[in-house]
Amino acid sequence: MKPAAFKYALPRTLPEALAVKAEHGEDAAFLAGGQSLIPAMNFRLAQPAVLIDINRLEELAFIRVDAETGDLHLGALTRHRDLQFDPVIAAAQPLLAETAPNVAHPQIRNRGTLCGNLAHADPASEFPAVMLALEARLRLQSATGERWLAAEDFFVSVFTTARDDDEMLVEVAVPAMAPRTGACFLEVARRPGDYAMMGVAAVVVLDEGGSCRDARLAYCSAGETPVAAKDAAARLIGARAAGDEIAAAAEQAGQEIAPLGSVHASVGFQRHLAAVLTRRALHIAFDRAAAAGAEAAA
Amino acid sequence: MMATLFVVTARVNGTEYKRVVEPRLLLSDFLRHELGLTGTHVGCEHGICGACTVLVDGLPVRSCLMFAPQADGREITTVEGLATGDALNPLQQAFQDAHGLQCGFCTPGILMTLTAFLADNPSPDEAEIREALSGNLCRCTGYQHIVDAVLAATGARDGAAWD
Repeated sequence: MKPAAFKYALPRTLPEALAVKAEHGEDAAFLAGGQSLIPAMNFRLAQPAVLIDINRLEELAFIRVDAETGDLHLGALTRHRDLQFDPVIAAAQPLLAETAPNVAHPQIRNRGTLCGNLAHADPASEFPAVMLALEARLRLQSATGERWLAAEDFFVSVFTTARDDDEMLVEVAVPAMAPRTGACFLEVARRPGDYAMMGVAAVVVLDEGGSCRDARLAYCSAGETPVAAKDAAARLIGARAAGDEIAAAAEQAGQEIAPLGSVHASVGFQRHLAAVLTRRALHIAFDRAAAAGAEAAA
Repeated sequence: MMATLFVVTARVNGTEYKRVVEPRLLLSDFLRHELGLTGTHVGCEHGICGACTVLVDGLPVRSCLMFAPQADGREITTVEGLATGDALNPLQQAFQDAHGLQCGFCTPGILMTLTAFLADNPSPDEAEIREALSGNLCRCTGYQHIVDAVLAATGARDGAAWD
Protein backbone atom coordinates (compact mmCIF):
# COMPACT_ATOMS: atom_id res chain seq x y z
CA MET A 1 0.00 0.00 0.00
CA LYS A 2 0.92 3.65 -0.15
CA PRO A 3 1.36 5.99 2.81
CA ALA A 4 -1.18 8.70 3.60
CA ALA A 5 -0.23 12.26 2.74
CA PHE A 6 1.90 14.18 5.21
CA LYS A 7 3.79 17.43 5.48
CA TYR A 8 7.51 16.95 5.19
CA ALA A 9 9.97 18.91 7.29
CA LEU A 10 13.66 18.78 6.51
CA PRO A 11 15.29 20.75 9.35
CA ARG A 12 18.96 21.66 9.21
CA THR A 13 19.47 22.05 12.95
CA LEU A 14 18.36 20.08 15.99
CA PRO A 15 16.55 23.03 17.65
CA GLU A 16 14.59 23.48 14.43
CA ALA A 17 13.58 19.80 14.46
CA LEU A 18 12.60 19.92 18.13
CA ALA A 19 10.55 23.07 17.58
CA VAL A 20 8.48 21.32 14.91
CA LYS A 21 8.01 18.36 17.24
CA ALA A 22 6.97 20.64 20.11
CA GLU A 23 4.41 22.30 17.88
CA HIS A 24 2.83 19.11 16.51
CA GLY A 25 3.41 16.63 19.35
CA GLU A 26 2.10 13.15 18.67
CA ASP A 27 0.89 14.20 15.20
CA ALA A 28 4.52 14.45 14.11
CA ALA A 29 7.02 11.63 13.76
CA PHE A 30 10.78 11.72 13.35
CA LEU A 31 12.15 9.97 10.29
CA ALA A 32 15.65 8.57 10.74
CA GLY A 33 16.26 5.18 9.09
CA GLY A 34 12.55 4.63 8.59
CA GLN A 35 12.85 0.86 8.50
CA SER A 36 10.03 0.35 11.01
CA LEU A 37 8.16 3.64 10.51
CA ILE A 38 7.81 3.48 6.72
CA PRO A 39 6.38 -0.07 6.68
CA ALA A 40 3.85 1.08 9.30
CA MET A 41 3.06 4.12 7.14
CA ASN A 42 2.75 1.99 4.00
CA PHE A 43 0.15 -0.10 5.83
CA ARG A 44 -1.39 3.14 7.16
CA LEU A 45 -0.97 1.80 10.67
CA ALA A 46 0.92 5.04 11.23
CA GLN A 47 -0.37 8.25 9.65
CA PRO A 48 1.69 11.13 11.01
CA ALA A 49 0.47 14.50 9.78
CA VAL A 50 4.04 15.79 9.84
CA LEU A 51 7.20 13.86 9.13
CA ILE A 52 10.41 15.40 10.46
CA ASP A 53 13.33 14.01 8.49
CA ILE A 54 16.40 14.21 10.76
CA ASN A 55 18.84 12.70 8.28
CA ARG A 56 20.44 16.07 7.49
CA LEU A 57 21.21 16.89 11.12
CA GLU A 58 24.98 16.62 11.08
CA GLU A 59 25.09 17.25 14.83
CA LEU A 60 23.47 13.85 15.38
CA ALA A 61 25.97 11.99 13.21
CA PHE A 62 28.67 11.19 15.75
CA ILE A 63 30.45 8.13 17.08
CA ARG A 64 33.03 9.01 19.71
CA VAL A 65 34.74 7.71 22.80
CA ASP A 66 35.02 10.17 25.69
CA ALA A 67 38.74 10.55 26.35
CA GLU A 68 38.22 10.94 30.09
CA THR A 69 35.62 8.28 30.89
CA GLY A 70 36.06 5.87 27.99
CA ASP A 71 32.28 5.90 27.47
CA LEU A 72 31.06 5.37 23.92
CA HIS A 73 28.69 8.07 22.64
CA LEU A 74 26.49 7.30 19.66
CA GLY A 75 24.40 9.99 17.96
CA ALA A 76 20.89 9.43 16.62
CA LEU A 77 22.16 8.93 13.06
CA THR A 78 24.33 5.95 14.03
CA ARG A 79 23.11 3.18 11.75
CA HIS A 80 23.17 -0.56 12.19
CA ARG A 81 25.80 -0.67 9.48
CA ASP A 82 28.03 1.51 11.68
CA LEU A 83 27.47 -0.75 14.66
CA GLN A 84 28.62 -3.69 12.55
CA PHE A 85 31.64 -2.15 10.84
CA ASP A 86 32.84 1.02 12.59
CA PRO A 87 36.30 0.38 14.09
CA VAL A 88 35.75 2.81 17.01
CA ILE A 89 32.62 0.92 18.04
CA ALA A 90 34.24 -2.48 17.57
CA ALA A 91 37.15 -1.48 19.81
CA ALA A 92 35.06 0.16 22.53
CA GLN A 93 32.05 -2.21 22.65
CA PRO A 94 32.55 -5.38 20.61
CA LEU A 95 29.15 -6.63 21.77
CA LEU A 96 27.49 -4.04 19.52
CA ALA A 97 29.41 -5.24 16.47
CA GLU A 98 28.66 -8.87 17.35
CA THR A 99 24.94 -8.19 17.68
CA ALA A 100 24.46 -6.09 14.54
CA PRO A 101 24.53 -8.89 11.91
CA ASN A 102 21.55 -10.48 13.69
CA VAL A 103 19.40 -7.43 12.99
CA ALA A 104 17.44 -7.92 9.75
CA HIS A 105 19.42 -7.81 6.48
CA PRO A 106 22.17 -5.59 5.06
CA GLN A 107 19.57 -3.65 3.06
CA ILE A 108 17.84 -2.74 6.31
CA ARG A 109 21.02 -2.21 8.34
CA ASN A 110 22.28 0.29 5.78
CA ARG A 111 19.37 2.59 6.69
CA GLY A 112 18.10 1.68 10.14
CA THR A 113 19.45 3.54 13.17
CA LEU A 114 20.17 2.45 16.73
CA CYS A 115 18.12 5.23 18.32
CA GLY A 116 15.21 4.59 15.96
CA ASN A 117 15.35 0.92 16.86
CA LEU A 118 15.31 1.71 20.58
CA ALA A 119 12.53 4.28 20.28
CA HIS A 120 10.44 1.74 18.35
CA ALA A 121 10.81 -0.61 21.35
CA ASP A 122 9.97 -3.88 19.69
CA PRO A 123 10.54 -6.47 22.44
CA ALA A 124 11.72 -8.96 19.80
CA SER A 125 14.48 -6.59 18.71
CA GLU A 126 18.06 -7.30 19.72
CA PHE A 127 19.51 -3.91 20.63
CA PRO A 128 17.07 -3.00 23.40
CA ALA A 129 18.25 -6.12 25.25
CA VAL A 130 21.88 -5.29 24.52
CA MET A 131 21.34 -1.80 25.96
CA LEU A 132 20.15 -3.38 29.22
CA ALA A 133 23.16 -5.70 29.33
CA LEU A 134 25.55 -2.79 28.72
CA GLU A 135 23.71 -0.51 31.18
CA ALA A 136 23.46 2.14 28.50
CA ARG A 137 22.05 5.57 29.20
CA LEU A 138 19.78 7.36 26.76
CA ARG A 139 19.55 11.11 26.22
CA LEU A 140 16.14 12.55 25.41
CA GLN A 141 15.95 16.11 24.20
CA SER A 142 13.03 18.48 23.66
CA ALA A 143 12.71 22.14 22.77
CA THR A 144 12.72 22.96 26.48
CA GLY A 145 15.37 20.67 27.93
CA GLU A 146 16.99 17.29 28.08
CA ARG A 147 17.18 14.31 30.40
CA TRP A 148 19.17 11.10 30.68
CA LEU A 149 17.44 7.80 31.35
CA ALA A 150 18.86 4.39 32.15
CA ALA A 151 17.93 1.89 29.44
CA GLU A 152 15.91 -0.14 31.92
CA ASP A 153 13.73 2.91 32.69
CA PHE A 154 13.20 3.69 29.00
CA PHE A 155 11.35 0.55 27.90
CA VAL A 156 7.78 0.53 29.23
CA SER A 157 5.89 -2.03 27.17
CA VAL A 158 5.42 -3.32 23.63
CA PHE A 159 6.27 -0.41 21.28
CA THR A 160 6.03 1.92 24.27
CA THR A 161 8.80 3.93 25.90
CA ALA A 162 9.23 6.70 28.44
CA ARG A 163 9.83 9.20 25.63
CA ASP A 164 7.40 12.12 25.71
CA ASP A 165 5.66 13.41 22.60
CA ASP A 166 7.94 16.45 22.35
CA GLU A 167 11.18 14.51 22.83
CA MET A 168 13.72 12.97 20.51
CA LEU A 169 16.06 10.16 21.50
CA VAL A 170 19.23 11.94 20.44
CA GLU A 171 22.07 9.91 21.91
CA VAL A 172 23.08 6.63 23.51
CA ALA A 173 25.99 6.48 25.95
CA VAL A 174 27.52 3.09 26.70
CA PRO A 175 29.74 3.02 29.81
CA ALA A 176 33.33 1.96 29.27
CA MET A 177 34.06 -1.71 29.86
CA ALA A 178 35.73 -2.49 33.17
CA PRO A 179 39.01 -4.42 32.98
CA ARG A 180 38.48 -8.18 32.44
CA THR A 181 35.05 -7.76 30.86
CA GLY A 182 33.72 -10.32 28.39
CA ALA A 183 30.44 -10.16 26.50
CA CYS A 184 28.52 -12.29 24.05
CA PHE A 185 25.30 -12.14 22.05
CA LEU A 186 23.59 -15.29 20.77
CA GLU A 187 20.17 -15.89 19.28
CA VAL A 188 18.10 -18.52 17.54
CA ALA A 189 16.05 -17.43 14.54
CA ARG A 190 14.39 -19.50 11.86
CA ARG A 191 16.41 -17.80 9.11
CA PRO A 192 19.18 -15.21 9.18
CA GLY A 193 17.56 -11.81 9.57
CA ASP A 194 14.29 -13.09 11.02
CA TYR A 195 13.16 -12.01 14.45
CA ALA A 196 14.74 -14.21 17.07
CA MET A 197 12.70 -16.83 18.87
CA MET A 198 15.09 -16.09 21.73
CA GLY A 199 18.22 -14.00 22.10
CA VAL A 200 20.57 -13.30 24.98
CA ALA A 201 23.17 -10.63 25.70
CA ALA A 202 25.58 -11.71 28.44
CA VAL A 203 28.23 -9.54 30.10
CA VAL A 204 30.62 -10.77 32.81
CA VAL A 205 33.39 -8.96 34.67
CA LEU A 206 36.08 -10.99 36.40
CA ASP A 207 38.26 -10.03 39.36
CA GLU A 208 42.02 -10.50 39.28
CA GLY A 209 41.67 -14.05 40.51
CA GLY A 210 39.32 -15.02 37.68
CA SER A 211 36.10 -15.05 39.70
CA CYS A 212 33.03 -13.23 38.46
CA ARG A 213 32.47 -9.92 40.24
CA ASP A 214 29.66 -8.57 38.05
CA ALA A 215 27.32 -10.13 35.51
CA ARG A 216 24.35 -9.01 33.45
CA LEU A 217 21.95 -11.07 31.36
CA ALA A 218 19.31 -9.54 29.08
CA TYR A 219 16.93 -11.09 26.58
CA CYS A 220 14.92 -10.25 23.48
CA SER A 221 11.67 -12.02 22.60
CA ALA A 222 11.36 -12.71 26.31
CA GLY A 223 8.45 -10.51 27.40
CA GLU A 224 6.71 -7.21 26.70
CA THR A 225 9.98 -5.32 26.97
CA PRO A 226 13.60 -6.37 26.77
CA VAL A 227 14.03 -8.44 29.91
CA ALA A 228 16.94 -8.59 32.35
CA ALA A 229 17.41 -11.76 34.41
CA LYS A 230 18.79 -10.09 37.52
CA ASP A 231 18.50 -12.99 39.94
CA ALA A 232 20.26 -15.36 37.56
CA ALA A 233 22.99 -12.79 36.99
CA ALA A 234 23.40 -12.25 40.75
CA ARG A 235 23.92 -15.97 41.13
CA LEU A 236 27.03 -15.70 38.97
CA ILE A 237 28.88 -13.47 41.44
CA GLY A 238 31.90 -15.44 42.59
CA ALA A 239 31.46 -18.01 39.81
CA ARG A 240 34.43 -19.32 37.88
CA ALA A 241 34.63 -20.28 34.22
CA ALA A 242 34.68 -24.02 34.84
CA GLY A 243 32.21 -24.09 37.72
CA ASP A 244 28.67 -25.46 37.95
CA GLU A 245 27.24 -22.00 38.61
CA ILE A 246 27.01 -21.17 34.91
CA ALA A 247 24.62 -24.04 34.16
CA ALA A 248 22.60 -23.27 37.27
CA ALA A 249 22.33 -19.58 36.44
CA ALA A 250 21.36 -20.42 32.85
CA GLU A 251 18.53 -22.68 34.03
CA GLN A 252 17.34 -20.00 36.40
CA ALA A 253 17.41 -17.35 33.66
CA GLY A 254 15.16 -19.52 31.52
CA GLN A 255 12.57 -19.47 34.30
CA GLU A 256 13.06 -15.83 35.28
CA ILE A 257 12.13 -14.31 31.91
CA ALA A 258 8.52 -13.91 30.78
CA PRO A 259 8.30 -15.01 27.12
CA LEU A 260 4.95 -14.64 25.39
CA GLY A 261 5.14 -17.61 23.03
CA SER A 262 4.28 -17.53 19.33
CA VAL A 263 3.23 -19.81 16.52
CA HIS A 264 6.90 -20.67 16.00
CA ALA A 265 7.96 -21.19 19.60
CA SER A 266 5.93 -22.11 22.66
CA VAL A 267 6.71 -20.49 26.00
CA GLY A 268 8.32 -23.71 27.18
CA PHE A 269 10.54 -23.90 24.10
CA GLN A 270 11.52 -20.25 24.53
CA ARG A 271 12.53 -20.92 28.13
CA HIS A 272 14.54 -23.92 26.96
CA LEU A 273 16.26 -21.82 24.28
CA ALA A 274 17.04 -19.12 26.84
CA ALA A 275 18.70 -21.62 29.18
CA VAL A 276 20.79 -23.20 26.42
CA LEU A 277 21.79 -19.88 24.85
CA THR A 278 22.62 -18.39 28.25
CA ARG A 279 24.92 -21.28 29.12
CA ARG A 280 26.72 -21.01 25.77
CA ALA A 281 26.93 -17.23 25.90
CA LEU A 282 28.28 -17.27 29.46
CA HIS A 283 31.04 -19.73 28.59
CA ILE A 284 32.08 -17.50 25.70
CA ALA A 285 31.84 -14.34 27.81
CA PHE A 286 33.95 -15.88 30.59
CA ASP A 287 36.59 -16.92 28.04
CA ARG A 288 36.61 -13.45 26.53
CA ALA A 289 36.88 -11.81 29.94
CA ALA A 290 39.83 -14.03 30.81
CA ALA A 291 41.46 -13.25 27.45
CA ALA A 292 40.93 -9.51 28.02
CA GLY A 293 42.62 -9.86 31.41
CA ALA A 294 45.55 -11.81 29.96
CA GLU A 295 45.96 -9.26 27.21
CA ALA A 296 46.01 -6.39 29.67
CA ALA A 297 48.60 -8.19 31.81
CA ALA A 298 50.87 -8.98 28.86
CA MET B 1 10.18 24.83 6.02
CA MET B 2 7.33 22.33 5.74
CA ALA B 3 6.61 21.15 2.27
CA THR B 4 3.70 19.44 0.53
CA LEU B 5 5.72 19.28 -2.66
CA PHE B 6 9.43 18.65 -2.87
CA VAL B 7 12.00 19.02 -5.63
CA VAL B 8 14.12 15.90 -5.97
CA THR B 9 17.34 15.93 -7.92
CA ALA B 10 18.98 12.54 -8.11
CA ARG B 11 21.49 10.83 -10.34
CA VAL B 12 20.16 7.45 -11.43
CA ASN B 13 22.38 5.09 -13.41
CA GLY B 14 24.60 8.05 -14.27
CA THR B 15 21.82 10.34 -15.52
CA GLU B 16 20.62 13.32 -13.49
CA TYR B 17 16.86 13.64 -13.04
CA LYS B 18 14.85 16.45 -11.47
CA ARG B 19 11.22 15.99 -10.49
CA VAL B 20 8.67 17.73 -8.27
CA VAL B 21 6.97 15.11 -6.09
CA GLU B 22 4.73 14.61 -3.10
CA PRO B 23 6.91 13.73 -0.11
CA ARG B 24 4.93 10.53 0.43
CA LEU B 25 6.08 9.14 -2.92
CA LEU B 26 8.18 6.05 -2.24
CA LEU B 27 11.55 5.85 -3.93
CA SER B 28 10.37 2.65 -5.65
CA ASP B 29 7.44 4.50 -7.20
CA PHE B 30 9.64 7.48 -8.02
CA LEU B 31 11.88 5.20 -10.06
CA ARG B 32 9.02 3.39 -11.76
CA HIS B 33 6.42 6.07 -12.34
CA GLU B 34 8.38 9.32 -12.48
CA LEU B 35 11.45 8.02 -14.29
CA GLY B 36 9.93 5.05 -16.13
CA LEU B 37 12.58 2.70 -14.77
CA THR B 38 10.27 -0.26 -14.28
CA GLY B 39 13.06 -2.77 -13.75
CA THR B 40 12.81 -2.10 -10.03
CA HIS B 41 9.95 -4.31 -8.93
CA VAL B 42 7.50 -3.70 -6.10
CA GLY B 43 6.46 -6.76 -4.14
CA CYS B 44 5.45 -6.36 -0.52
CA GLU B 45 6.02 -2.65 0.16
CA HIS B 46 7.05 -3.34 3.72
CA GLY B 47 10.66 -4.36 3.43
CA ILE B 48 10.31 -8.13 3.49
CA CYS B 49 10.56 -9.36 -0.09
CA GLY B 50 13.60 -7.45 -1.36
CA ALA B 51 12.28 -7.13 -4.93
CA CYS B 52 12.71 -3.33 -4.86
CA THR B 53 16.36 -3.37 -3.72
CA VAL B 54 18.48 -0.65 -5.36
CA LEU B 55 21.86 0.85 -4.54
CA VAL B 56 21.91 4.28 -2.90
CA ASP B 57 25.41 5.72 -2.85
CA GLY B 58 26.62 2.17 -3.51
CA LEU B 59 24.79 0.50 -0.64
CA PRO B 60 21.77 -1.79 -1.13
CA VAL B 61 18.52 -0.52 0.37
CA ARG B 62 14.82 -1.25 0.07
CA SER B 63 13.49 1.46 -2.24
CA CYS B 64 9.99 0.92 -0.78
CA LEU B 65 11.37 2.01 2.61
CA MET B 66 12.65 5.40 1.47
CA PHE B 67 10.68 8.44 0.47
CA ALA B 68 11.66 10.07 -2.79
CA PRO B 69 12.84 13.31 -1.09
CA GLN B 70 15.39 11.24 0.82
CA ALA B 71 17.01 10.40 -2.52
CA ASP B 72 17.69 14.09 -3.18
CA GLY B 73 21.35 14.53 -4.03
CA ARG B 74 22.01 10.79 -4.01
CA GLU B 75 23.56 8.46 -6.55
CA ILE B 76 21.22 5.57 -7.32
CA THR B 77 21.84 2.41 -9.28
CA THR B 78 18.95 0.25 -10.46
CA VAL B 79 18.95 -3.01 -12.39
CA GLU B 80 18.86 -0.96 -15.61
CA GLY B 81 22.34 0.23 -14.69
CA LEU B 82 23.93 -3.21 -14.85
CA ALA B 83 23.95 -4.08 -18.55
CA THR B 84 25.84 -2.16 -21.23
CA GLY B 85 23.34 -1.77 -24.05
CA ASP B 86 22.19 -5.29 -24.85
CA ALA B 87 25.28 -6.88 -23.31
CA LEU B 88 24.50 -8.41 -19.92
CA ASN B 89 27.12 -8.00 -17.22
CA PRO B 90 28.83 -11.20 -15.98
CA LEU B 91 26.43 -11.66 -13.05
CA GLN B 92 23.38 -11.22 -15.26
CA GLN B 93 24.87 -13.56 -17.86
CA ALA B 94 25.51 -16.18 -15.17
CA PHE B 95 21.84 -15.92 -14.11
CA GLN B 96 20.77 -16.59 -17.67
CA ASP B 97 23.23 -19.45 -18.17
CA ALA B 98 22.42 -21.15 -14.84
CA HIS B 99 18.63 -20.64 -15.04
CA GLY B 100 18.90 -18.44 -11.96
CA LEU B 101 15.39 -17.11 -12.62
CA GLN B 102 12.04 -18.45 -13.61
CA CYS B 103 9.31 -15.83 -13.41
CA GLY B 104 11.93 -13.15 -12.91
CA PHE B 105 9.96 -10.97 -10.53
CA CYS B 106 12.53 -11.14 -7.72
CA THR B 107 15.53 -11.01 -10.06
CA PRO B 108 16.19 -7.24 -10.18
CA GLY B 109 16.33 -7.03 -6.39
CA ILE B 110 18.48 -10.11 -6.15
CA LEU B 111 20.91 -8.78 -8.75
CA MET B 112 21.26 -5.49 -6.83
CA THR B 113 21.73 -7.27 -3.51
CA LEU B 114 24.39 -9.51 -5.04
CA THR B 115 26.10 -6.63 -6.86
CA ALA B 116 26.81 -4.96 -3.51
CA PHE B 117 27.57 -8.27 -1.79
CA LEU B 118 30.14 -9.33 -4.41
CA ALA B 119 31.77 -5.90 -4.30
CA ASP B 120 32.49 -6.50 -0.60
CA ASN B 121 33.15 -10.23 -0.89
CA PRO B 122 34.30 -11.23 -4.40
CA SER B 123 34.81 -14.93 -3.62
CA PRO B 124 32.06 -16.04 -1.25
CA ASP B 125 31.37 -19.64 -0.36
CA GLU B 126 27.94 -21.18 -0.73
CA ALA B 127 26.88 -20.54 2.86
CA GLU B 128 27.80 -16.85 2.56
CA ILE B 129 25.84 -16.58 -0.69
CA ARG B 130 22.77 -18.14 0.92
CA GLU B 131 22.98 -15.74 3.85
CA ALA B 132 23.39 -12.80 1.46
CA LEU B 133 20.19 -13.92 -0.29
CA SER B 134 18.24 -14.22 2.95
CA GLY B 135 16.72 -10.76 2.52
CA ASN B 136 15.34 -11.52 -0.94
CA LEU B 137 12.38 -13.84 -1.45
CA CYS B 138 12.21 -16.05 -4.54
CA ARG B 139 9.22 -18.36 -4.85
CA CYS B 140 10.22 -20.15 -8.09
CA THR B 141 13.79 -21.35 -8.03
CA GLY B 142 14.27 -22.77 -4.56
CA TYR B 143 17.42 -20.59 -4.70
CA GLN B 144 19.66 -23.44 -5.88
CA HIS B 145 20.12 -22.09 -9.39
CA ILE B 146 20.67 -18.59 -8.03
CA VAL B 147 23.47 -19.92 -5.84
CA ASP B 148 24.84 -21.78 -8.89
CA ALA B 149 24.78 -18.55 -10.88
CA VAL B 150 26.73 -16.66 -8.24
CA LEU B 151 29.31 -19.41 -7.96
CA ALA B 152 29.68 -19.36 -11.74
CA ALA B 153 29.93 -15.58 -11.86
CA THR B 154 32.72 -15.63 -9.30
CA GLY B 155 34.56 -18.43 -11.09
CA ALA B 156 34.07 -20.84 -8.19
CA ARG B 157 32.11 -23.27 -10.35
CA ASP B 158 32.46 -24.19 -13.98
CA GLY B 159 29.46 -23.33 -16.12
CA ALA B 160 29.45 -26.94 -17.34
CA ALA B 161 28.03 -28.04 -13.98
CA TRP B 162 24.46 -27.39 -15.11
CA ASP B 163 24.81 -28.09 -18.83
